[in-house]
Amino acid sequence: MLRELKERLGAGASAEEMVSALFSKIKKSKLNAYSNLSEDSALERAREFDKTPWTGLLAGVPIAIKSSISTEGIETNCSSRILSGYIPPYDATVIERLKGEGAIIVGKTNMDEFAMGTSTETSYFGPTRNPWDLDRVPGGSSGGSAAAVAAGEAPCALGSDTGGSIRCPASFCGIVGLKPTYGIVSRYGLVSYANSLEQIGPLTLSVEDAALVMEVIAGHDPKDSTSVKSDGGYLSGLNEGVQGLVCGVPKEYFGEGVDPEVEKAVWGAISRLEELGASWREISLPHTRYALAAYYIIAMSEASSNLARFDGLRYGLRLGADQDWHSTFSEIRAAGFGPEVKRRILLGTYALSAGYYGRYYLKALKVRTLIKQDFERALSAGGADVLVTPTMPFPAFKIGERIEDPLSLYMADVFTVPINLAGVPAISIPCGFAEGLPIGLQIIGRHFDEASVLRAARAYEEATPYHETVPKEVV
Amino acid sequence: MAEKDVIIGLEVHVQLNKLNSKLFCGCSTDYHDSPPNTHTCPVCLGLPGTLPVVNRRAVEYAIRVALALNCEIQGETLFYRKNYYYPDLPKAFQITQYDFPLGLGGHILIRGEDGEEKNIRITRVHMEEDPGRLVHAGTIDRAKYTMVDYNRCGMPLLEVVTEPDLRSPKEARSFLDKLRNILEYLEVFDGDLEGAMRIDSNISLVGGERAEVKNISSHKGVEKALAYEITRQRSARRRGVAQVQETRHYDELRGITVTIRTKEEAHDYRYFPEPDLVPMRIADWVPRVRAELPELPDAKRERFVAEYGIADDHAKSLTSEIRVANFYEDVARRSPPRLAAVWIADVLKGELNYRDVAVDGFRTDHMVEILDMIGKGKITEKGAVEVIRTILDQGGDPAAVVAARGLARAEDDAVLEAVRAAVEECGQAVADYRAGNEKAINFIVGMVMKKTRGRADPGEANRLVKEALDGRGGA
Repeated sequence: MLRELKERLGAGASAEEMVSALFSKIKKSKLNAYSNLSEDSALERAREFDKTPWTGLLAGVPIAIKSSISTEGIETNCSSRILSGYIPPYDATVIERLKGEGAIIVGKTNMDEFAMGTSTETSYFGPTRNPWDLDRVPGGSSGGSAAAVAAGEAPCALGSDTGGSIRCPASFCGIVGLKPTYGIVSRYGLVSYANSLEQIGPLTLSVEDAALVMEVIAGHDPKDSTSVKSDGGYLSGLNEGVQGLVCGVPKEYFGEGVDPEVEKAVWGAISRLEELGASWREISLPHTRYALAAYYIIAMSEASSNLARFDGLRYGLRLGADQDWHSTFSEIRAAGFGPEVKRRILLGTYALSAGYYGRYYLKALKVRTLIKQDFERALSAGGADVLVTPTMPFPAFKIGERIEDPLSLYMADVFTVPINLAGVPAISIPCGFAEGLPIGLQIIGRHFDEASVLRAARAYEEATPYHETVPKEVV
Repeated sequence: MAEKDVIIGLEVHVQLNKLNSKLFCGCSTDYHDSPPNTHTCPVCLGLPGTLPVVNRRAVEYAIRVALALNCEIQGETLFYRKNYYYPDLPKAFQITQYDFPLGLGGHILIRGEDGEEKNIRITRVHMEEDPGRLVHAGTIDRAKYTMVDYNRCGMPLLEVVTEPDLRSPKEARSFLDKLRNILEYLEVFDGDLEGAMRIDSNISLVGGERAEVKNISSHKGVEKALAYEITRQRSARRRGVAQVQETRHYDELRGITVTIRTKEEAHDYRYFPEPDLVPMRIADWVPRVRAELPELPDAKRERFVAEYGIADDHAKSLTSEIRVANFYEDVARRSPPRLAAVWIADVLKGELNYRDVAVDGFRTDHMVEILDMIGKGKITEKGAVEVIRTILDQGGDPAAVVAARGLARAEDDAVLEAVRAAVEECGQAVADYRAGNEKAINFIVGMVMKKTRGRADPGEANRLVKEALDGRGGA
């Protein structure tokens, strides 16, 4: 889809008209997909492009950015009150790269506060609505990015995925979302929630678009010590098909707790891949049932430390008169964080405390190693090339349906968090509908083997109509 | 004063201030003369989304120090987060080391309380980042407000921890002097810069709990702070008040320590491995760093004795500061080494100390010239001391000082003339001498000195008078 857009621009279509049409659509929207727009700078850049078009992989292409990714001069509040008004003085590395390839940033998208959630309901600025059913959540935490792309309020977007935060909303909104291998995309500028788990990735309308964005954002960054070199080539092998590809189907990802409609759609997708020349076999990821517990302990522990810096002293929320240090920062944090963020900070603090560290954090790290080994074994040479699972156990739920019951929300992440613990790449692509709501298919690959994931996803997409279906609520 | 009941261990924070950039960002370390908060960037300010990148040169310097302190370098080293809230810590955690520090189990020799050499064991050496600097309006317990300067934030620090092997404030000072000396030999440290060395000390009386005294801001302040603390603990014990385990703050202005918190209030720092940095395999670095280690004080001292044939005391004195040692070697290459040792160790060092001037304040060329004049008998020893003092106080070069102050030893003819005249004038003394009163000669020599206005060498004058009286001279 981005290819057509670029062709239109190349044929002389006005970027300014395209961008202003986008803004008028966004302003009329009921979705609340964006938390703040960069209208002036986007229009100015579009006019410049029209005057003297530049080249680049994303030349003239508008893009929406999750509010947790730092953009110089554009408010980056992570949908939290404590960061409201915070304007970074620097660009994240991915933003530098996007700009370097000619993209135009239209605004920052709504998200679960500090990416802590599965529904975008924990945003200080209110929930984002699902374009397929306005009473439902778009998934989270990159719900704003997914809803914007699904509803045509942005042709593509960046999100971040700590435990499913790209794939879950991609699944709920019926679009493509890729979580790259840990280390492939620089995290410099991504406001940390759980450093050892998260990656920035694309949310797009097609697999090819995801590959294109990956070409731009992937690669080693000297500013991120955990980043590695990328060989690129995301686009080049895209259309090579799935002939001979071995798909592993982990038995732990089916059965109890999974909506039958979801299960049916995923099995349908497996059959379709088989028709296209792939084979499948059942495999086991035996430590799956420990993944959620390990994930939440690690994520909350890291979060409790990462979010400690928000004290109102240097940026962000300020309240009335200053008192002594402890009272001042305690009051700011009490007022600035929402309940889910506080819950995770408290639990994480507890898990790292003297006497509990070994019982929780260290143990979680050990489980993490076991889970990683599960994936390495399943995806070893002679085993499966990719794994195929549902992204989410069910389609989008109603706004308010689960928010009072954090545990049931955490359970929704059961098929996405093991991937972050293992650090492997995974994509969610649309594979059907249940009562009008999109269903997501998750394809998981080996470390650094985005190519196979994208190739399988592309082959499936080409053979199915789901990615071309547009929500009727928003036309 | 031997204080057998005093137990002291030190934690010394050493800034690696000869590095060009901070520990985890590219900011310059040359901030000492700059306005507050001008040597900062998003990384050292801990802005959301920023990530640390290790300064590899800092690690190399740290290995250098650990090797010089005879530590065992660990094969792999890790950074941890030490979590606590304080305004000088913009991330609300300090990146430091915990398990797997850089170096373990070293030792150095110091001059003990009894004058004998004494081995002090080093527990560990680890790297960490310096916090910012708090500037209190007044003293810490009475200030109305506090300002923060982040210029220092992220400066590379080494923490050197000793075993409780020190027995008196003087030994503590002696340890710090030796440590500073070694650090300067390694060219990683400039001890003259403000805040270059800061000391926390654990101190207790045998049988009592220990107090940790923080905020000792110089190696000179340590004696005062510890002496105060010993007196305080002794008098508390006399009054029957038991020392509790506590942390105390040294108030330099008032020269006292005040309690900050007791053991019950101790922080739980929730250490955990820094997820934004990867473990460093430093074992491979060690051979190269070791090969490049400069000659250290003890080795240099031995070499000076062997190579220049000087006394061990002189060698020790000359090597107690790298700049003095270099000064000596430069002079000794161009002058008789033993004469140079005596004049530099016994005279010049004293004159420099008295004026609180570093050895750079005196030119080696001048020293060579002065030694040359002494050797050739052009000036007397007394005259040479005066030349040194005059140059230090008023500047100038040796030849000019000698000329201006009339310090040139009288020419032989003039002395002989004076001897002749004195023998003629002092008839009574000559008679006394010839009658067997040897001491009478002193009167005549005094007359020679008077006639030459002190420019004659007294020993030489004595010899000439003797010769004149004994009839072997030309009188």
